[in-house]
Amino acid sequence: MTQALDEIKIGGLGASRKRVEDNRFVRGKGNYVDDIVLPGMLHMEILRSPMAHARIRSIDTSKAWAIPGVRLVLTGEMMATRNLAWMPTLSYDTQAVLATDKVRFQGQEVACVVADDPYIAKDACEAIVVDYEPLPVIVNPRQAMAEGAPLIRDDKENQHDNVVYDWEVGDRAGTDRAFEQADLVSKLELHYPRSHPSPLECCGSIADYDRSTSKLTVYMTTQAPHIVRAAVALVAELPEHMIRIISPDLGGGFGNKVPVYPGYVISILASILLEQPVKWIEDKTGNLISTGFGRDVYLRGELALRKDGKILGVRMHTDADHGAFFSDAQPSKFKIGLMHSAFACYDVPTAHLTARGMYTNKAPGGVAYRCSFRVTEAMFFQERMVQAAADDLGMDQAEFRRLNFVRDDDFPHRTPFGFLTDSGQYGKCLDVGLEAVGYQDFLRQKEEAKKEGRLLGIGISVMTEPLGAGNSREYDILGIKMFDSAELRVHMTGKAILRTGAKSQGQGHETTWAQIVSHELGIPAEDIVVEEGDTDTAPFGMGTYASRSTPVAGAAVAMVSRKIRAKARKLAAHLLEVSEEDVEWELGRFYLRSAPDRGVTIQECAMAAYSNMPDGMEPGLENVSYYDPPNLTWPFGCYIATVEVDPETGVWDVLNMVAVDDCGVRINPMIVEGQIHGGLTEGFAKSSMQWITFDEEGNCIGSNFMDYLIPTAWETPRFELLETCVPSPHHPIGAKGVGESATVGSPAAYVNAVIDAVAHLGVRNIDMPLLPDRVWSAIQSAPSG
Amino acid sequence: MTSLYEEISPDPPDNVPVRRVTMTVNGEKRAADVEPRLLLAHLLRYGFMLTGTHTGCDTSNCGACTVLFDGKAIKSCTMLAVQADGHDVETVEGLATASELHPIQEGFKHEHGLQCGFCTPGMMLAAKALLDENDDPTEDEVRWAMSGNLCRCTGYQNIVKSVLWAAEKLRAEGRS
Repeated sequence: MTQALDEIKIGGLGASRKRVEDNRFVRGKGNYVDDIVLPGMLHMEILRSPMAHARIRSIDTSKAWAIPGVRLVLTGEMMATRNLAWMPTLSYDTQAVLATDKVRFQGQEVACVVADDPYIAKDACEAIVVDYEPLPVIVNPRQAMAEGAPLIRDDKENQHDNVVYDWEVGDRAGTDRAFEQADLVSKLELHYPRSHPSPLECCGSIADYDRSTSKLTVYMTTQAPHIVRAAVALVAELPEHMIRIISPDLGGGFGNKVPVYPGYVISILASILLEQPVKWIEDKTGNLISTGFGRDVYLRGELALRKDGKILGVRMHTDADHGAFFSDAQPSKFKIGLMHSAFACYDVPTAHLTARGMYTNKAPGGVAYRCSFRVTEAMFFQERMVQAAADDLGMDQAEFRRLNFVRDDDFPHRTPFGFLTDSGQYGKCLDVGLEAVGYQDFLRQKEEAKKEGRLLGIGISVMTEPLGAGNSREYDILGIKMFDSAELRVHMTGKAILRTGAKSQGQGHETTWAQIVSHELGIPAEDIVVEEGDTDTAPFGMGTYASRSTPVAGAAVAMVSRKIRAKARKLAAHLLEVSEEDVEWELGRFYLRSAPDRGVTIQECAMAAYSNMPDGMEPGLENVSYYDPPNLTWPFGCYIATVEVDPETGVWDVLNMVAVDDCGVRINPMIVEGQIHGGLTEGFAKSSMQWITFDEEGNCIGSNFMDYLIPTAWETPRFELLETCVPSPHHPIGAKGVGESATVGSPAAYVNAVIDAVAHLGVRNIDMPLLPDRVWSAIQSAPSG
Repeated sequence: MTSLYEEISPDPPDNVPVRRVTMTVNGEKRAADVEPRLLLAHLLRYGFMLTGTHTGCDTSNCGACTVLFDGKAIKSCTMLAVQADGHDVETVEGLATASELHPIQEGFKHEHGLQCGFCTPGMMLAAKALLDENDDPTEDEVRWAMSGNLCRCTGYQNIVKSVLWAAEKLRAEGRS
């Protein structure tokens, strides 16, 4: 009898397989954009606006041209002659590539220099003289809406105010009725501040236009190379087959590397004009002040409550600060992204959301940063509102949640905003977290500590979130539907190459995709090489963001493997000289149902596909699969933080952080846990220190890592991870997205914990980040502080 | 740098001062003619093609450019190449031998101490500087020693485990 394969040993599903990509990374042999050197390569630098809102009177580039080694100086005026001064955004707005009329945020691209080396390019940028006429500056939605506010987008016909959109979803009348019937209405106003994903590697590109072949090759920091190819084909009017986008190793992304930035576009034009490769590497300040940020949303939230604790209705109004251009790289048809996924884990009869988007004199964006298009704000608002409501009712935090959860047997569940959740066990998830943290014990400790003047607090956050855009009915980018793809080629010796339309930025696809193939075919994971990021070789896919790789591309990997297995079955029947119906499959092997000892391995089938196929069968063992998911995946989680707040200084320390994540079937538990650690840290960062803000003149405070505080190993708390597992009912291997879960769910846990510690003093809210001075001031100004 | 042929700009910049620097990089003597303003990180990356030293923030905050300078961890993005004249520099490329990873590299792989890999070279060199001085650090000592290096992916928990794993292996091998 042949020994069955041990799936864990061959690196299949559930194996904490060590990462393949680490072999090059630990040797310093990663290949990031700035590591690439092409013959004859020139260097580009961008001159950015120091003003947030100003008319450009003139730009004098003569001194820059005079510097030896300068090859090209470009301004908006010159871009305009090629119809490239403006470009369309992924949200059907326009964005300036190089400013022509006026600058609309500090850091906006005004001119660029291409030179023999980057030092000369920087010198020449400093030699460009721009004469600005300052204009009044708008730095928040309130100013943007004020009467007489200056018009930021005077370039747009029919734009007479600073409103980007006014949008609503849900049942207004029904929600009004629920509020009329409420015993109690709990209200909360919150600001989720602007935050920047700031991957350590900034953005950059090397454009290489070859006149002799008419081919444009662009190495660039992009999470979605195929979308870029489509965008370049549409904007630059280059034929799509003559554009090759290569996304090499990426030093982190977190949504920052989805949009198409002016720098990429300018480097492409510069290479076409100069017929030489042009490299542009952004510096950290350029990255922080001009590229895709996350959040910056104000909430007015209300819950209609019955006195026994039942939620009767939800009312939310959000004002989002989109900056100077509406350039959200988000594929839903909903203007405020997936904000209305709020309260999906609660059984809420009716809800209504109004959302307004505003232009301001700040960098454009809003949907980047491990957030799945504003799910982060949705869940933070939800869990802060839930805590405030429980306080208003005088109910226990955990009990109030338990009372309102969607029940385990109530799936599929239609949320009041129209999403369809397909699975969940929220009560169990909460229980696992409460037990791990020792909930009742902690409540007793908290009361004891209070007697000594010490402030302890516990914060809970429970949520389910829609991850993995999309399905093609509701999600598209520029009309391209949100599917993804995988192509598998099994060679004659049973080794294989897999390519997908996704693009890893640290998620470890080279390791995990092979594990899915291994699970489906029994080919050891080490026999499968994975490639991504080159549009000339990878099948068309929509890229990696919104935790969509596993839900969509990962599903395509499973489906293409099944296509290969179906053909291998025919080959096996041929080799065994039986009919296909008599053949059974076990991991890595087909065998005869009537005589299980007689079988052939997947490797033998692969050899036969090239050397001994049955009459009439096409040779080879290759296939491609395009996967359009029937629904989003709905991972859920419970995050519980305990903290101690120092009333004298406002400093708070995390005592314990417990995360219970349910992402369904885990492909590689080690990698999942790594992603959760990262997410919990970014949640901690946003709640404690990390934010981008602006002074009244629109100067960005947080334009470098001295002002934009990112937690180090010293500040970052230790985490305890737990899990439950409810497989996704529709994903082929039962997996769900996870990359963003902890970033989405954990901020409310940290904030709820600090508020819990000071609530008895009369503090109802402190906006993030909970810097010591804010906490201290809140305590000082509280009624009993 | 010697070569059979080196193209000279037909339009040479006026009065750009050049200094010859000589240093030991990963045990090998290297020399270059550099502008005095050239950063050490850029000489390593673009001159010596040792691209494992990354530049992340330009302000000495992120530590992606960390190298060992006479055995001490420094941020090479804020040191001039001319300051390294006559000194000893060790980069990530000097950690492994052709056939064998350094225990710190093994530790990062074993404990999943990296994701995108961008901070990893700097992290490992900061760890080496620590372990060269202290072969049995506590978790807090590791966290403090690594606090000059930022990571956006891992949340540090596994980086700390990686360093402790490496410390144990180095002690077991009698290399500490």
